[in-house]
Amino acid sequence: MSKPANAVKPQHGTAAYHFHKYWQYYLMMLIPVVYYIIFRYIPMFGNIIAFRRYRAGSSIFGDEWSGLRYFNQFIADQNFWRAFRNTLLLNFKYLLISFPLTLIFALLLNEIKNVAFKRIVQTISYLPHFISMVIVAGMVRELLSTNGPINNLIVSLGGEPITFIALPEWFTTIFVTSGIWQGIGWGTILYLAAMSGINPELYEAAALDGANRFQQCLHVTIPAILPTISTLLILNIGSLCGSAAFEKVFLLYNPTTYETADIIGTYVYRMGLQSGNYSYATAVGLFQGIINLVLLTIANKASTKLSGSGLW
Amino acid sequence: MAKSAVAVTPSKIRESRGYRVFQVCNVILMLLICAAMLYPFLYLVAQSFSSTEAIVAGEIGLLPSDFNLDTYEYIITQSNFLLYYRNTIIYSILGTVSALFFSALLAYPLSKREVAGASTINKFIIFTMYFGGGMIPNYILMTSLGLRNTVFAFILPGMISTYYVILMRSFFTTIPKELEEAGEIDGLSKWGAFVHVALPLSKPILATMALFYVVQYWNNWFDAFLYLDDRELWPVAYHLRQLISSASGTNADAGEAMQISSNIKSCAMVLTAAPIICVYPFIQKYFVQGMMLGGVKG
Repeated sequence: MSKPANAVKPQHGTAAYHFHKYWQYYLMMLIPVVYYIIFRYIPMFGNIIAFRRYRAGSSIFGDEWSGLRYFNQFIADQNFWRAFRNTLLLNFKYLLISFPLTLIFALLLNEIKNVAFKRIVQTISYLPHFISMVIVAGMVRELLSTNGPINNLIVSLGGEPITFIALPEWFTTIFVTSGIWQGIGWGTILYLAAMSGINPELYEAAALDGANRFQQCLHVTIPAILPTISTLLILNIGSLCGSAAFEKVFLLYNPTTYETADIIGTYVYRMGLQSGNYSYATAVGLFQGIINLVLLTIANKASTKLSGSGLW
Repeated sequence: MAKSAVAVTPSKIRESRGYRVFQVCNVILMLLICAAMLYPFLYLVAQSFSSTEAIVAGEIGLLPSDFNLDTYEYIITQSNFLLYYRNTIIYSILGTVSALFFSALLAYPLSKREVAGASTINKFIIFTMYFGGGMIPNYILMTSLGLRNTVFAFILPGMISTYYVILMRSFFTTIPKELEEAGEIDGLSKWGAFVHVALPLSKPILATMALFYVVQYWNNWFDAFLYLDDRELWPVAYHLRQLISSASGTNADAGEAMQISSNIKSCAMVLTAAPIICVYPFIQKYFVQGMMLGGVKG
């Protein structure tokens, strides 16, 4: 507090002086911070209605304490466990298949030496990432409809048309495949960025030692992008209980496929907003939110330890 | 040829045949992937130009069958489609401008070491990436604020994205301090330095963020689903959702129980995706740039 730099300005207490000089910074932040309080933190504390009874028209923090009543209710509910299992399974199966495919796609793209061709492939494969989930779901429904191209193919090969959208055993396949279609291109960006940072001399040295392209890929490219791979893997594992799948499931599922398709997000929607059991649905949502928080925190810690920098 | 090139030659000859076969296969694979990426779009376009009879008969492969423009004419003149489209354009502009403005207003002070509590506020906003209110508390909040059936219900929920604030903040920290100080010596206030020095230098990141926000608002349907009952306010993405789910026979609204034919749905999807598909290839590098910023320095 007695730094000479401050002493130059006469008779200003540090706080007053500081504020006099920098008040505009604080004013700039004011509206965004209020925004965060209202639209992020109030709903966060609004989770309290998982422990309090909420009726339409009561305070947003509920009327009276109800303890763990809603938690006991959903833990005894078969449909909750089905949704919980489906959330983990859908996310896990998608990760299991999309993660290696994305990596392989990036490695193969890296082997394309014609810059213009490579750029065209990148542009086309990134495109689905920017398409609204509504359109993706609409496409899926059109392609899989009983008179759509997939069923036409099946029929022309002598099979019977399949009502894919209505069959629980097909849901995971539809979910994973459409996810790969939409995400595989965009998923390569960080890998390609890491690969472009590899020193070409490493490849030359490997070639001098007699390594062919495949061996170069194995012993130069992959070790160089290993930090990226592990960071992305950890991040993805941390999101296994997240709600990223919600929109697509919501747009593609229906009562006949609940068995494999209903996830926590859609279950919360039906219990809360459709049936009006606000507190019950909030309790279920909170349960998922807390698991997600724990997983993400662990993932961030692990990634920090591994690569020296956290996720954000 | 340089000496080093000569030295490499032997191994190049040895691997050349296998590698060349691989390269040909690789190019073919890439072409197949591109075809798979584009096919669903082409199929929708083909359906949108075809007659209902041809679609029901399963005649559509890659090209329209029984080519006609009736569906487009119907959608544009006979339905509310243009109204929904106009709403989407308005929401995308309003949403993007306010999102960009408030994100920058938050990110800029957070990039300043002089700001007391910057790291606390930083943690305060980052925590929202780990944990949030969830669907029901958000719904209750919006309802009790009386925002249902207003533009704000569509703009506010996704307005400030924490991730983009962090990207902007790390960009702002790379602006040399001297430039802003020089501006202040010339009589600019802190606000003036922000507007006249920092923002002009940040055009690339602002352009990238604007694109991300535009896409977010253009594609958003769920907030409309939750908060906009008034049809006049629907964005086109939500209208699409109603079209698509009405055919499944499960989620149909009472008024929309009838089957909507595939060419109408396809036509609506094509028109909704068209701006993004047409503009995207030219601005792709800005998206990639933004993604790199996030990935390289988190």
